Amino acid sequence: MTDQVLGKKMLQGCRALDLTDEKGFLCGKILADLGVDVIKVEKPGGDPSRRIGPFWHDIVHPEKSLYWFAYNSDKRGITLNIETADGREIFKKLVKTSDFIIESFPPGYMETLGLGYSALSNIKGTIILTSITPFGQRGPYRDYEASDIVVMAMSGELFLTGDSDRPPVNISIPQACLHAGADAAVGTLIAYHHRRKSGEGQHVDISMQQSAAWFLATTIPYWEINKIIQGRVGTFRSGSINTVQRQVWPCKDGYVFFFMMGGMQGAKTCRPLVKWMDDEGMGDEFLMTFEWEQFDMATATQELIDRISKPIANFFLVHTKKEVLEAAITKNISVCPLFSMQDLLNDPHLAARGYWKQIEYPELKMPIPYPKQFIRSSENEVTTRFRAPLIGEHNGEIYGEIGLSGQEVVTLKEAGII
Amino acid sequence: MNNKVFSNIKIVAWSWAMVGPLTLKFFADYGATVIRVETSNRPCVTRTSAPFKDGKAGLNRSGYFNHFSGNMMSVSLNMGHPLAIGLAKELIAQADVVMENFTPGVMDKWGLGYEELKKIKPDIIMLRQNGFGTDGPYRNLAAFGMILAAIAGIPNFIGWPDRGPLPVGVGAYTDCISPRLASAALIAALDYRDKTGRGQLLDLAQYEAAIYFVLPGVLDYAVNGREPVRNGNACAYAVPHNVYPCKGKERWCTIAVFNDQQWAQLCGVLGKPEYIHDVRFETFLNRKQNEKEVDDLIKDWTADLTPEEVMIQLQGAGIPAGVVENAADLYTDPQLRHRNLFWPIDHSEMGSFTHLGTSLELSKTPAQAYMPSPCLGEHNEYVLTELLGKTDEEFIELFEAGVLE
Repeated sequence: MTDQVLGKKMLQGCRALDLTDEKGFLCGKILADLGVDVIKVEKPGGDPSRRIGPFWHDIVHPEKSLYWFAYNSDKRGITLNIETADGREIFKKLVKTSDFIIESFPPGYMETLGLGYSALSNIKGTIILTSITPFGQRGPYRDYEASDIVVMAMSGELFLTGDSDRPPVNISIPQACLHAGADAAVGTLIAYHHRRKSGEGQHVDISMQQSAAWFLATTIPYWEINKIIQGRVGTFRSGSINTVQRQVWPCKDGYVFFFMMGGMQGAKTCRPLVKWMDDEGMGDEFLMTFEWEQFDMATATQELIDRISKPIANFFLVHTKKEVLEAAITKNISVCPLFSMQDLLNDPHLAARGYWKQIEYPELKMPIPYPKQFIRSSENEVTTRFRAPLIGEHNGEIYGEIGLSGQEVVTLKEAGII
Repeated sequence: MNNKVFSNIKIVAWSWAMVGPLTLKFFADYGATVIRVETSNRPCVTRTSAPFKDGKAGLNRSGYFNHFSGNMMSVSLNMGHPLAIGLAKELIAQADVVMENFTPGVMDKWGLGYEELKKIKPDIIMLRQNGFGTDGPYRNLAAFGMILAAIAGIPNFIGWPDRGPLPVGVGAYTDCISPRLASAALIAALDYRDKTGRGQLLDLAQYEAAIYFVLPGVLDYAVNGREPVRNGNACAYAVPHNVYPCKGKERWCTIAVFNDQQWAQLCGVLGKPEYIHDVRFETFLNRKQNEKEVDDLIKDWTADLTPEEVMIQLQGAGIPAGVVENAADLYTDPQLRHRNLFWPIDHSEMGSFTHLGTSLELSKTPAQAYMPSPCLGEHNEYVLTELLGKTDEEFIELFEAGVLE
């Protein structure tokens, strides 16, 4: 096959029906960026997830959710009530044109509609069904009620986050759905790879709990090997079992994040920092002669860690985020400022890489910045192209493709089916 | 039939810290041949990190490294030795994918940049996951997950109104973001290669990938000019929505109530049906105004119960609630056990040791534990003699020349 046939998208020619709410948005977004024709299937009137804020100019309206915008660009949108018999028949026709179905209904819901995996695979044997739920399709917790904070709690992420003198604290932008959504994209494509080899589809089952629990760094090994339960250390970081070191450091106009290490790796970053301090007239005799290569965070005492930290803390306090970042780049120090949202949008590095792309929202009479791409390809286009769909925006063209006439679309709309 | 999805795929990886192994896991767990090129001269930071088996440090004894490296092979090549570069090129000639996540100059210094790789294997796919990408002003800044999470703005969304921003508890948070995005793109690139015969360079900046996880916040600023505020565990559209102390030290349970029906159910479980129509709590707005009182009522109830009791009682009434699980809880969590998140595998130095399993369940091609995490250089002989066809004499020569360190 030639490039002309395939076009410039990696997954050109694939189609996904995306029935997810916020639990699965990111899956379809990733697939769409890779070239899949993703069709968002909402219930008539729009999906309830359009009510998640923040909103454009704080106007709470299903066409103005910035949360919805963020993760649904590059998808087309139709409305369809799959709880009606007519709706299901139309859905089955769409299934025949599709490669992937992505859904996030409670486990068993699709079966009750006669649209479970086995029914779908009878319609199209190669279909790949990807389900994203809080705990997965099977197991003792499968029917548990959940929200992001509950899943983050049960994944172990929450216990580790927060100050030691306060309760655990959650990240206020829901994260479990993003881990799960990204996992769902990977799982869908692994299944697709298998299908290309074998011709068979399958069911991909994603659990938000499991996706969020998948990376807990040393939490599980520390328990298994030492029977130690890692706890919260707030703005600090566990140096070893008995010590902590600061990782969030106040600076002149915000915060910088830095942690010290010993060994060759640590020396590479700590020594230029100490030299920079000296250049600025804030040199510390103790640090300037310190043997970083011999320093080991695992065995260092808290007194030593505190002794090293104090002059560094004083130094950061009189420098701005910008100064610290510039020094990090020019002097090879592993330190970064905490960027605000404004900083992200104005960042010269992202600008140099062409990261932000303005996507037009004609209805709102303004463009909205999107990441142009999550990965750059030397060969293919992997870019955000168009805004998130309005409710039922593509009903005409997509229902036309499967042979419904304009009049039928009107009738079905009146009947509350689309 | 063979249900190893990636049995036809070979990946050679120079991977560092967590981004590399977590990406490789998606392929290794589904049957790809994954060869990690390492060296004892500069071992991966996770090989030298605690916890160690029996408290004894050693390159093959780190619980950190070994938890995340199942199903992968290790070959040790001293890349400072000219013969090592040649061996690397021989391996690459057989590979479908080359992966790396150093700072950008390292591979190029070895003559293993993408343009060079293409000369060795024209349809090679190279995946680079550097902290800031392969170009741009910050490209050479050595970055770890914790500071990448900061520059991506994530800690703005964590913390209390009266205190500063907090890091994500799992320090290197971005290390689990980019592997998923990168793996999706890599599988798509393999598909594209199979159809067109064309390879490519994939350049993912971990910083850029992480911004996807705060994107609604960026849009809120772009449109409404609003920066995030730290508000503890409060949620604009739910009350109660918090973490509550339970019986025992550091035992907590989350409870999240999104509507009147769940509130009524909660009052029932608390044995306080009178609160359903109490003017302080009757509507969502009432509850939001009196959120602290709501929290105090719940705390009084949870204080005498274990978090498991709280969760089971509330879930029984259809209310979202979950134990704030610590390491011991996770280790025995019945749902995670049911889904085989953890794989006990015998390891020559660790003994029976829990390796991380997959986060995905595929009905027809499940991930499988094929082999334990590799000791450094464990597969030297296999890779050199079986894959590269070296004779035993050549293998010994290379060993004695210090190439395989």
